[in-house]
Order: sequence, then structure tokens, then C-alpha cells
Amino acid sequence: MRPWRAALRKELLLQWRTRAEVAAVFAFGAITLLLFSFAVGPAPQALRTYAGGFLWVGLLMASTLALAEGFHRETENQALEGLLLLSLKPHAIYYAKAVANWLQIGIVGAALLPEMIVLYDVPMPAPGRLLAVLVAGAAALAAPGTLYAAMTSQVRSRSTLLPLLLFPLVVPVLLAAVKATALAISGDIMREWSTWIGVLVMFNAIHWPLCGLLFAHVVEE
Amino acid sequence: MFQMRPLVTLIVSGALLLIIGSSIGLLAAPAERYMGDVQRIMYIHVPCAWMALLAFSYAFVSALFYLLYGGWRHDARLEAALEAGAIYSLLLCLQGALWAKPTWGVYWAWDPRLTTTAIMMFGFGGIIALRGFVREPTRRARWSAVAAIIAFVNVPLVYFSVRLWGSLHQLQSGPRSIAGPFLVPLGLNALGLVLLTSGLMGIRARAAWLRRERKMGPEAPDERRPLEPPVKESGGDA
Repeated sequence: MRPWRAALRKELLLQWRTRAEVAAVFAFGAITLLLFSFAVGPAPQALRTYAGGFLWVGLLMASTLALAEGFHRETENQALEGLLLLSLKPHAIYYAKAVANWLQIGIVGAALLPEMIVLYDVPMPAPGRLLAVLVAGAAALAAPGTLYAAMTSQVRSRSTLLPLLLFPLVVPVLLAAVKATALAISGDIMREWSTWIGVLVMFNAIHWPLCGLLFAHVVEE
Repeated sequence: MFQMRPLVTLIVSGALLLIIGSSIGLLAAPAERYMGDVQRIMYIHVPCAWMALLAFSYAFVSALFYLLYGGWRHDARLEAALEAGAIYSLLLCLQGALWAKPTWGVYWAWDPRLTTTAIMMFGFGGIIALRGFVREPTRRARWSAVAAIIAFVNVPLVYFSVRLWGSLHQLQSGPRSIAGPFLVPLGLNALGLVLLTSGLMGIRARAAWLRRERKMGPEAPDERRPLEPPVKESGGDA
């Protein structure tokens, strides 16, 4: 078996065995969506308008929890050092972790979608487009998120530091995902949807190779 | 490494140029036809914007050099450049708000350059926080270099996406679109700020260098650079 695939298999197995954690992350996202509706008040029109924004801000917050936990496990018993002592290349570890995080954020996002639809009374004219935004957006959060989680998991006050580093970085992701989600919900009269998906694709195309390249400098001792 | 005398010279000459340029800008240059005296903030605002970009570019180059070649001086420069860039972006936001209230009617508008500046401030500010939290110098240097590279590469993406989102800011002006009387104080201030900031950043890098040296000892080898074989002293105790 190739080392990259072995690492990915290990990540997925780990995620399956700690699925209670994914459920907790989902619960966090779910209650965030509920809180947003309290912030706006019982105004169905406003809730429907901003549904995309609420979904993505909720998912972003939930994903920082998931990312931080994922790496905390590695550093707890110096498991990461063990992996590096094997002949595993750092970028194999990075891509295995990033893909696993992508999957996890995607699953949480997909689980939040029905809640958004019910809670904010959102119509569903283009489910395919909504899923495409979710896949591209989750990938864009996972790529830099995995790298920064690797750094912040090893310092004190990691729960503050990870959002502090990650949030400014993913502003383009948030803007594009929110716009694309809103367009998928309300209809795309001006044909702007593909432009915003393009922004997400561009972000992924830059950050997946870049973060994979730089990861070696983060874990190297 | 980081000698004081040239740095002080840079600071003094930069400050002098800034005083001259600002005096011309505030007293001698004519008021702009539409914005009146409010426009005079341009003489400091525009050089500040250049300096912020310059400082972040310098941080990027230092980070790249550190990761490629090692060497503590690059780490010291990175620390100085990050702080200078963060301060200039904060200044930019404040000056922009001061100018925007009488001109646009609001302190804050969701304009691409304004928003990008604010995001840059938080992005690079986060890296300064990271440096504050990581005690071990090698780790701190490597991680902040990685974060600085990613944050810098991301700046055009932020600008592009915020611009797609909607725009209001003035278009950039070049020497051709600015009348002569406005150009003289602008140029003097820009040059003055470059000199002043280079001097201050040099002193800041020196402080970072000395602080690390005190922690690791002066003998600490540059990371990743192989230890040089001890030089044989010729004609010593023979």
C-alpha cells in the first residue's frame, strides 16, 4: 500500500472511531444556526435572505473546533513524531489529514443544510449547485485550516490562536461561499454563480499545493 | 549586524523630510477644488499605503529567505516587518476613516482597498500573536515564516474577491493624474517615510536579534546551516 493511502486510511479510521466528536461539532454548528435566528428575530424574510451567510459562518466556527481537535490528538502522545520517524513524508501526512478534514467539514455542512432549509424556510431550486458550493467551500477551509491546526495544536491558548490566524485568511472563501449559496437559493439571474465558484476553485488551487509544500517546515524538528 | 549609527541617520533624515514635506503639504500646496483641506490627508495616507505594502512584501521576502537558507537575521527582519506592516495598516484604516466621514459621509465603507487593508491588519496581526505564544525560537521563526508566506500570497485573492463584492474607493492616482503642486509634498513624504521606517525597522530587528541572542546565547548556530569546522588558529601558541 502506498504511504499516502495508508495515512489517509488511518485518518479515516480515526475519524470513524471518534464519530461522537463529529456529532458534537455538528451540534455546535446546529445551535449556532439557531442562535443566528435569535439575533435576527422572527423575521422570515430576513432569515431567508441571510441564510447562506448564517450557514457559512456557523460552519466556519464549527470547523475550527473540528480542526483543532483533529490535531490535538496527534500531539497528545507525540503521535506525530512517531509518524515522522516512519518513512512517511510530511506532505503525505498533510494531505491525508487535509482530505480527512475536508470530508469532516463537508459532512457537518451537509448535515447543517436541512436545518438551514427548515429553520430559515429556504426554497431549494438548485440542490446540485448548493452541494457544489459545499464541496468547494469545505475544501477551501480544510487546506489552510489543517496547516494552522498543526501549528496551533502545539502551543498554549490554541483555541484562540487558530481562529485568529484562520479567519482573516478565509475571507475570500467566506465571501464566495456565501454569495454562491445565496445565488443557489434565490436564483441566479445575472449568471454570477460560476464566478463565485471560480473564486473558490482558485483559492483551492493556490492553497492546496502551497500548504502541502509548507507543511514540512511546520512539523520538522 | 544591525549597526546603530546608519539607522539613526536614516531616522533623522527621514523625519526631516517628513517635516518638510508635511509643511509644504499643509501650508504651501493649494487646497483641492472639490474636497478642500480634507484632501491634504493624502500626503500622509498614500505614503502610508505604500509603506504597508512595502513592509508586508519585505516580511514575505524575509520569510522566504529564512525558510530557504536559514539565518536568524531574516527572522529578526521578519519580526520588524510584520510589526511595521501591521502598524501602517492600522494607521491606514484610521486615516481612511477620518477622510471618509467628511467625503463619503460614513467612517467605514466596504470598499475593496479599505476592507483588504483591515483584513491584512488582522491577518498579519495574527502572526504577531503567534510569535507571542510560541516560546521556542526555532519553532517561532519557522511557523511565523510559513504563516507570513501564506498570508502574503492570499492578499491578492482577498482584494480580488472583495472587489467583486462591490467598490467605492478612489481610483489609484499616478504622477500623470496628480498636478505638480500636489506631487512635491507627496514625494517628499513618501521618501521621508521610507527612510524613517527603514531606520525604525532596523532598530526593531536589532532588538529582536539581541533578545533571541540573550535567550539562546551568542553561540547559537543558524538553524539548518551546518556547523562550520573550527578554524585552526595559525601562529597562536606555537
